[in-house]
Amino acid sequence: MSKIETASATIKPPKTNIGIVGWSRAHLFNGWINSALTLFVLYGLYKVVPPFINWAFLHANWAPVSGTCSESSGACWSVVTANIRFILFGFYPHNLQWRPLLAIVILVLLLFFSQNRKRWNMKLLYIWTAGLFIMGVLLKGGLFGLESVETDNWGGLPLTLLLSVFGLAAAYPVGILLALGRQCRMPVIRSFCVVYIELIRGVPLISLLFMSSVVFPLFLPEGVVINKILRAQIAIILFTAAYIAEVVRGGLQGINKGHYEAAESLGLNYFQTMRLVILPQALKIVIPPSVSILISAFKDTSLVVIIALYDLLKTTQSTLTDPKWMGYSSEAYIFVACIYFVCCFAMSNYSRKLEKELDTDRR
Amino acid sequence: MKNSNETPIITIENMHKWYGDFHVLNDINLSVKRGERIVICGPSGSGKSTLIRCINRLEEHQRGKIIVDGTELTKDIKNIEKIRAEVGMVFQHFNLFPHLTILENLTLGPIWVRKIPKKKAEETAMYYLEKVRIAEQAKKFPGQLSGGQQQRVAIARSLCMEPNVMLFDEPTSALDPEMVKEVLDVMISLARDGMTMLVVSHEMGFAKSVAHRVMFMDAGQILEQNDPEEFFGNPQHERTKLFLSQILD
Repeated sequence: MSKIETASATIKPPKTNIGIVGWSRAHLFNGWINSALTLFVLYGLYKVVPPFINWAFLHANWAPVSGTCSESSGACWSVVTANIRFILFGFYPHNLQWRPLLAIVILVLLLFFSQNRKRWNMKLLYIWTAGLFIMGVLLKGGLFGLESVETDNWGGLPLTLLLSVFGLAAAYPVGILLALGRQCRMPVIRSFCVVYIELIRGVPLISLLFMSSVVFPLFLPEGVVINKILRAQIAIILFTAAYIAEVVRGGLQGINKGHYEAAESLGLNYFQTMRLVILPQALKIVIPPSVSILISAFKDTSLVVIIALYDLLKTTQSTLTDPKWMGYSSEAYIFVACIYFVCCFAMSNYSRKLEKELDTDRR
Repeated sequence: MKNSNETPIITIENMHKWYGDFHVLNDINLSVKRGERIVICGPSGSGKSTLIRCINRLEEHQRGKIIVDGTELTKDIKNIEKIRAEVGMVFQHFNLFPHLTILENLTLGPIWVRKIPKKKAEETAMYYLEKVRIAEQAKKFPGQLSGGQQQRVAIARSLCMEPNVMLFDEPTSALDPEMVKEVLDVMISLARDGMTMLVVSHEMGFAKSVAHRVMFMDAGQILEQNDPEEFFGNPQHERTKLFLSQILD
């Protein structure tokens, strides 16, 4: 036995794919169809990439003044640089814009800090509560000598982040509860969850936002006004939760029945079984689809324009209605797209990292 | 048999169970003494797994009585929890929790159900891991262990709850042949410690060496039960003879 083992250990795998030439022969030029495709793609890249670089960087205009753009053939980033404060902060009072900026910085720091799974404990919860309170005070003012700013003036990036971070953070637990409710043995709870999920998934988010801003206030007693942002926020939470619920349900069904039995035979009750045994496994399985939902929910927050909230996309759009900047929409939208991309990419990247860390089954 | 004058730890009287219209358990009567070890065998579908799963309420019986250590199994969740705390169960497919380490698998029940402090629970867990000779794997995840090791961990996990009765549902039938022995060895040492055991198994060697009583079930009934010597040497029932001739070959 040992003789065979040592012999096989010394034999190396064949060197077919070594070096750039070997690699490209194996992956780019194996067979005439692939060779033709490779050449075609290369030609396409040649036609697109250099002109884009020329346009976006070499001949671009960065000066934050209008008018200079008409002479150059490149991109007019001036539309972004000149209006950056309006795009990012909307109608927030000009001299107070350091406050939302600081709030965003705190949020980003908090998210960074929470990345590490070792820090997920009660302390983190306190840190978040404190952080959220500070962010709220920064945005709203009225405390500690900070000038009060009406929520009607909130807009741009802080609004987008507010709607999505709160929306996603709240929708996830609600979604889990709905998923558990849908599996519940008690018919009243089960039917409620089924009806809720199917109803919400059956209507577009826009109609929910409309209802929250137009229909819902009709039912409130006179004089009672619920903040517009809060209403949009709730609509987003309720909407996203229904989708999360179905994804989580899929995860719950993927759990081997034996784990329920093992937990039961240890004497764990329903909540302990769910919290300690079933959900950790189920949620891990559904990380990829839940992140898809979170990403799409993040982008869907831009639909709040429909109820006249000035989120990031809407502030950008408003900039472009200014006659000085008409015709430079590509530049403005590319800028906003980059912001959205960074956020979404960070989410999906992080989720993949988390998936890898949690993969204890097949190591 | 010893301890014969003690009250039985498990009493089952006229117990019936149906799956829909299918009569899985038909008039089961069984009394298990403290420290008694029973091996239950029988063809597949005969209801032997269902029988032991009824004892800790993984399955619900529809007629008759099941009494474990003085507590009757009813719909009352208090009784069910009390009985589950006393009865340990080992499954065919181990059912370890893959997202927890071996040690966490063992301490989960003690910490959350028996409210034992973490430190103490870990000490107990290590004690039982030593006992099943697998202490060095405590920090690993179940997926990194072989089937035999996983089953030994599963046994240790049940023992950590310090049960009075252990139920084994075909503990070795999902294992590769060379791993059967290490699991049986653990079970034999458990038997030596005087644990009350109900084992659904076709390991006849195990039955001969440790069982006080071997039961044969078919079509939801206990057809025959006897001490191992009589059971294997002189089976009464035709069905038992046929079954034994098939599995002993």
